[in-house]
Amino acid sequence: MISLGSAVLRVPLQTVESTSVGSPVLNISIFGAFVAITLVIVLRASRNNKTAADYYAAGRSFTGGQNGTAIAGDYLSAASFLGIVGAIAINGYDGFLYSIGFLVAWLVALLLVAELLRNTGKFTMADVLSFRLRQRPVRIAAAITTLAVCFFYLLAQMAGAGGLVSLLLGIDDRLGQSLVITVVGVLMIMYVLIGGMKGTTWVQIIKACLLIAGAFIMTIWVLARHGFNLSTLLGAAIETSGNPAITGPGLQYGVSALTRLDFLSLALALVLGTAALPHVLMRFYTVPTAKEARRSVVWAIWLIGAFYLFTLVLGYGASALIGAERIQAAPGGVNSAAPLLAYELGGSILLGLISAVAFATILAVVAGLTITAAASFAHDIYASVIRKGRVDADGEVKVARRTVIVIGLLSIAGGIGAQGQNVAFLVALAFAVAASANLPTILYSLFWKRFNTQGAVWSMYGGLGSAILLIALSPVVSGGEKSMIPGADFSVFPLSNPGIVSIPLAFLLGWLGTVLSRTVEDPMKQAEMEVRSLTGVGAEKATDH
Amino acid sequence: MGFHPVEPPAGSGAAVDFTEVQQTEQFRELRKRHRSFVFPMAVFFLLWYFAYVLLADYAHDFMATPVVGNINIGIILGLLQFVSTFVITMWYVSYANRRLDPIAAELRHELEEAAPEAFIDPAGGTK
Repeated sequence: MISLGSAVLRVPLQTVESTSVGSPVLNISIFGAFVAITLVIVLRASRNNKTAADYYAAGRSFTGGQNGTAIAGDYLSAASFLGIVGAIAINGYDGFLYSIGFLVAWLVALLLVAELLRNTGKFTMADVLSFRLRQRPVRIAAAITTLAVCFFYLLAQMAGAGGLVSLLLGIDDRLGQSLVITVVGVLMIMYVLIGGMKGTTWVQIIKACLLIAGAFIMTIWVLARHGFNLSTLLGAAIETSGNPAITGPGLQYGVSALTRLDFLSLALALVLGTAALPHVLMRFYTVPTAKEARRSVVWAIWLIGAFYLFTLVLGYGASALIGAERIQAAPGGVNSAAPLLAYELGGSILLGLISAVAFATILAVVAGLTITAAASFAHDIYASVIRKGRVDADGEVKVARRTVIVIGLLSIAGGIGAQGQNVAFLVALAFAVAASANLPTILYSLFWKRFNTQGAVWSMYGGLGSAILLIALSPVVSGGEKSMIPGADFSVFPLSNPGIVSIPLAFLLGWLGTVLSRTVEDPMKQAEMEVRSLTGVGAEKATDH
Repeated sequence: MGFHPVEPPAGSGAAVDFTEVQQTEQFRELRKRHRSFVFPMAVFFLLWYFAYVLLADYAHDFMATPVVGNINIGIILGLLQFVSTFVITMWYVSYANRRLDPIAAELRHELEEAAPEAFIDPAGGTK
């Protein structure tokens, strides 16, 4: 996830020492067991994958509880776990601020988006956005923003997988890491190809349970060593770090006026980005009714909320029991706080379990992103735009499966190429692009009667373009010692997160495009969308047969 | 046939006049109840979230004020963000169950009875 500020997720590949803690053999065995068990489940789940609804939306057969758990599995990426724990361990309170943004963002999804979207769409975000506007331009724009968000998110996860897993398994050369990325990619292609949405969902459910259970056990363990008293724990963290400021905000983002503004920009992208992430939105189609969609979000909010509360304890626990200096000196730097804490508490076995969970986390998130991107390409671009709807569901699913392979190969190549790149940069871009390119159009088309095609197209392309352009011109890409292109300097835009500019701009463009256009959209379609979105008519029949 | 986002079939509009449904007292009541809850609530939690973010961003000393032992105002306000998120979630669910679902279900059944061919897929799937 985006949280990590720019320093946190960057695994210093070159400095990884071969002296990793724990036993790589044990780590690999536990991970192998996870892969074996999930593959069997995916195979069993895929036996009745027949129609497009089966493949993209798991036959709309999941319950709210199952889907909510899968959403948590989709949302809590390795960066959430390793990144936030590390950020709190090193920067104290500033790390906790991310946890809060990630959680509060779910209220946007719950109140404004989830149920209405479930009632109006079929498989993808573009279904909803193009419902009452002109099909072709809006669908193409929505598919492009979906693919852009998925691709950046995917690249970040793959690059993270290389660095992270090498650290956990003790593989430190570039070739070995490329091999790890390839293995992750091939496994992910297999899950998605065989299992479709059903298989992917089960992988996410299993992973969410493992991750939350693992974090819970460690939390209780840390608290037990501090008399189940948060104040004692904070005291121990202050003592180890020798800096009382660790329990208050400002260590990371309080440095200058610019970093403060940057934090504000990030906070905006976080709270508005979540409800516009296409892979999260697509999960709402796997349940039969709007009521189950609501239940999913409620489950997700409880699970994700609980998890982020654990990260507070784990972060300060790592700070108290291990100390910032030892964490930063370890292979993997800040990202190693959680594994080191596991080793400190439960030795090699707990470390092995936590490492396997971290690997599983990446795999599940990557699978979720891949199926979203494949569905969007096959359903929105191939079936609707290229073939203009003249294709049967079988043909569409065939294209979706081929797209999975292409996306898988692309992300393997991208992941290998992006090794050692600033991973947080790619994830931040995904969140900012989602909030800028998708959210204004989602909200306008659900709630603003007059909204029209020109507004949608301006808002989506304007949001996408400005977010990407501002990041390209930011210090993340050039001009600083931590930049992607360290030699050059074309950083005209001083903030590393574009949200504070690109999100309001996209809302403005949506409004401007609409009022400047003389086209009036079909009032029948607007009425139909509004009636369907609130009543669920025509979308709730799956329970009847 | 019913809703198909790729090629809106001509039959869909003919079977059900959605603009008429949109004008009914019942539907307007549903929309009013939905919006009168979600809009103020969204404004409230966004203001509360950004108030918190601004305090954490610009009022470090205030946030670092100790309250109980090593627990300071910042930690308490942060935990309150969790509490408010959980409370709003439960509040909305109870509101939707009581005030939204009954009307939505009634409207849905009326529409489906009036024009079954528009919404029910003969193959038995979701349309």
